[in-house]
Amino acid sequence: MSALLDLQNVSVAIGSAHLLDGVSLRLERGQTLGLVGESGSGKSLTAMAAMGLLPLIGGRVSAGTVRFDGQDLASLTDAQRRALRGRRIGFVTQNPMTALDPVQRIGAQIDVVSRLHLGLTKHAARARTLDLLTQLRIPEAAAVAEAWPHQLSGGMKQRIVIAMALAGDPELIVADEPTTALDVTVQAQIIQILAGLVREKGVALLLITHDMGVVAQICDRVAVLYAGRLAEEGPVAPIFAAPQHPYTAALINCIPQEGMARGTLRGIPGAVPSARQYPSGCRFHPRCVKATAECATHIPPLTQRGDGQAACLHLPEIAP
Amino acid sequence: MYSYLIRRVVMLVPVFLAVSLVIFLILHFIPGDPIDNLLKVGSSPEARAQMEARYGLDQPLPVQYGIWLSKVMQGDLGTAIVARRPVSDLILQALPHSLRLGGFALLFSSVVGVGLGVLAALNRDKWPDKAIMGGVLLGSTMPSFWLGLILMLIFSVWLGWFPVSGARSASALVLPVLTIGLGGTALVARITRIAMIEASGRDFVTLLHAKGLSPLRIQLRHVLRHALIPVVTILALRIGWILGGAVTVEVVFARPGLGTLLIKSLSQHDYPVVQACLLMLAMAVMLGTLLGDILQAAMDPRVRAALA
Amino acid sequence: MTLPAPIRALRRPAGALAGLWLILVILAAIAAPLLTPYAYDIQELKSAWQPPSASHWLGTDEFGRDLLTRLMYGARTSLSVSSIAITISVLCGMTLGAAAAWFGGWFDRAVTTIVDLTWSFPEILIALILVAIIGPGTTGTMVAISVAYLAQFTRLTRAQIMTLKGETFIEAAASLGAGNGHILFRHLLPNALAPVLVSAMLATGDAIILEATLGFFGLGAQPPVPSWGGMMSAGSALVFKAPWIIIFPGLAVAITVVAINLYGDALIAELDIRARMRRAV
Repeated sequence: MSALLDLQNVSVAIGSAHLLDGVSLRLERGQTLGLVGESGSGKSLTAMAAMGLLPLIGGRVSAGTVRFDGQDLASLTDAQRRALRGRRIGFVTQNPMTALDPVQRIGAQIDVVSRLHLGLTKHAARARTLDLLTQLRIPEAAAVAEAWPHQLSGGMKQRIVIAMALAGDPELIVADEPTTALDVTVQAQIIQILAGLVREKGVALLLITHDMGVVAQICDRVAVLYAGRLAEEGPVAPIFAAPQHPYTAALINCIPQEGMARGTLRGIPGAVPSARQYPSGCRFHPRCVKATAECATHIPPLTQRGDGQAACLHLPEIAP
Repeated sequence: MYSYLIRRVVMLVPVFLAVSLVIFLILHFIPGDPIDNLLKVGSSPEARAQMEARYGLDQPLPVQYGIWLSKVMQGDLGTAIVARRPVSDLILQALPHSLRLGGFALLFSSVVGVGLGVLAALNRDKWPDKAIMGGVLLGSTMPSFWLGLILMLIFSVWLGWFPVSGARSASALVLPVLTIGLGGTALVARITRIAMIEASGRDFVTLLHAKGLSPLRIQLRHVLRHALIPVVTILALRIGWILGGAVTVEVVFARPGLGTLLIKSLSQHDYPVVQACLLMLAMAVMLGTLLGDILQAAMDPRVRAALA
Repeated sequence: MTLPAPIRALRRPAGALAGLWLILVILAAIAAPLLTPYAYDIQELKSAWQPPSASHWLGTDEFGRDLLTRLMYGARTSLSVSSIAITISVLCGMTLGAAAAWFGGWFDRAVTTIVDLTWSFPEILIALILVAIIGPGTTGTMVAISVAYLAQFTRLTRAQIMTLKGETFIEAAASLGAGNGHILFRHLLPNALAPVLVSAMLATGDAIILEATLGFFGLGAQPPVPSWGGMMSAGSALVFKAPWIIIFPGLAVAITVVAINLYGDALIAELDIRARMRRAV
């Protein structure tokens, strides 16, 4: 059986800028895939490619295929792609503060999804909406459905966005940094809600984040992007135990540990290069602790490692 | 909402006082003494003084203003010096013509302007957009009196479709409405297009696409809904500006109306009539801003919340 | 080396076409006596009412005067009156707007209220009243136009400076101990200048229309000095008998104003100030 979401060698370009370069990902039904990397690494573009929404930002898939449930998105008509969005693929955006239409009541914004995709009547759609809001532990669901977006807090709005994503009864939820814009206290709640959906409803989750801690908590697999290329991909446990790529190792090192002394919070020196100035060879080499002269000239191939793969010229010896 | 309305209307009172003072003062700087027009050549100074007293022109300025304002409040706009009739009669005769012309012109510019603006925005940077914006630019650069005369030449003289001038039939309204409306259309179409394009780039539009709604539905039901907020606000603010076009167009088409009355009284130095005409136009402007605020509150729940 | 923006704007197709027309009109206005064998004010009644022909390209008016000649001389009046008026308006508006933004408080509130109020009145009304006070003619028209557009430039300058005031580099300059005058004249005004100048150029187009309208009412430049509006005023009575008398000056106004707008658009694109122009509307 084919994977639910399958990206093969996908490259994405906006105008003449090639932002994503041959990225391959697989997400099985009911699984959670964490997609991590710093800002500018191409995470959100991957999400837009999976949703078929690249044209919205003037982008296009310049090479490779994006398959959903075995169907190549590029072979579908606009209408067929629209029939997937909202119905089989739900989307949770980065910033709930600006994600809702400010001049439409909350309820109507959720109703429209089940009316459009499930053919529900106005009445049935509202009943479903209230049911979803209650499932998401929103108190006084009926009152919230009649409220305007500006009357709700950020965390509440993100629950509304999640309710919208769920309204079409999807098999996949794409969540693009769903907690970045929220208060720390609310972040954990939203992550728990998403993890709960996977557990209880059996949906698959593509979780885009820059928080390795969250990945460790709820993801089955993790894919690490750096500067538009896949650095490493594989099951969470082995990668956290023994990261193969120096960049993955550096990211894991950034997670604040309990009992860590004050002032030892680590970062990675330097910044992600912009798409117009990608370094030659391995794009991570200017910031890499293990870099050699070879790294500046040779593009590292993706190498199979256990159940995953990594792209580095200096992969550690496989433990016997 | 109602308390906001009341507050908003009360706020208009000082504005009205300021505007009325300006209108009153400006008229006293206009050279040319209307009394001269009324007196026979060689009349005695006594006759002149008598005439001045009759129109209250012998009082000091602040007193004149006070008397004028209190009369205006009671609906007494004075007596026209040239026509020797109550000014309110003249205004009441002219007002319906101007309201009809301005109303239809406003309707025409909003409907056609929003339509063209939407069409241009939907085809952004493609040929329909370029054609519409080019046409709109051309329409806004033709002097309205010239456009009126050319339309008259083509449609009334050459084609004989409409009467040349006057206000006797409904068809006489078509060309004047078109003349004023084209300028307004240009303004509305340009604002609508920009507002649509800006609204399309908003975050929530991405989510609408992610919900699987069709692009046309998103544009017409959501993006346009947002774009209309600034369109309506600016349109309301510019009501006076669009009606101002009526002044020249009324003269061109020889229509009885406030514009024609204003121009005529201005050349005859008929203070009371000019004052009354300006006051009417100022009221239209003030009502326009009020209407704009109310419509904005009606269309945007965030504005309503900020006002509550 | 990069060329200055006004020249770069000419490299865009629309900008080039518009620039070409504007240069043509300005040259025709300056060199009118060299370009035409006719005088603008000598009446030759035997050649009156002639439609466009080989000897009179755009025809003649009711006094037998060559229309193309009058159009070229008329460009002198129309262009100079509107550009001088807008220059005065920009200078006063910038001063008033900068002062309002800088001093704030009651002064700012008073200026804003008055400006907002006048802004909602049609320019033509303000100009009509002012010409009535000052008296018709070139000077009256000029003053009337500059006052009519004062509100626009005051608003724009004030809005620009208010936005700039909040920006980091101004705060940085202030925290480094730069004096008020230094910040205003060295940082705020220069940065506010581009949008104000471009909108001044666009307003010159509107001013040409306004000048023509005042001329149409017989309040502009007085005969025999030709102006585009005055020519149309004379032509309006004869529109059915000799339409060319009014058609050509009107086209001259429309094409010139379109050209100013297109060139202005190209300039806005070159200077990359579209967002700043819009914010102030």
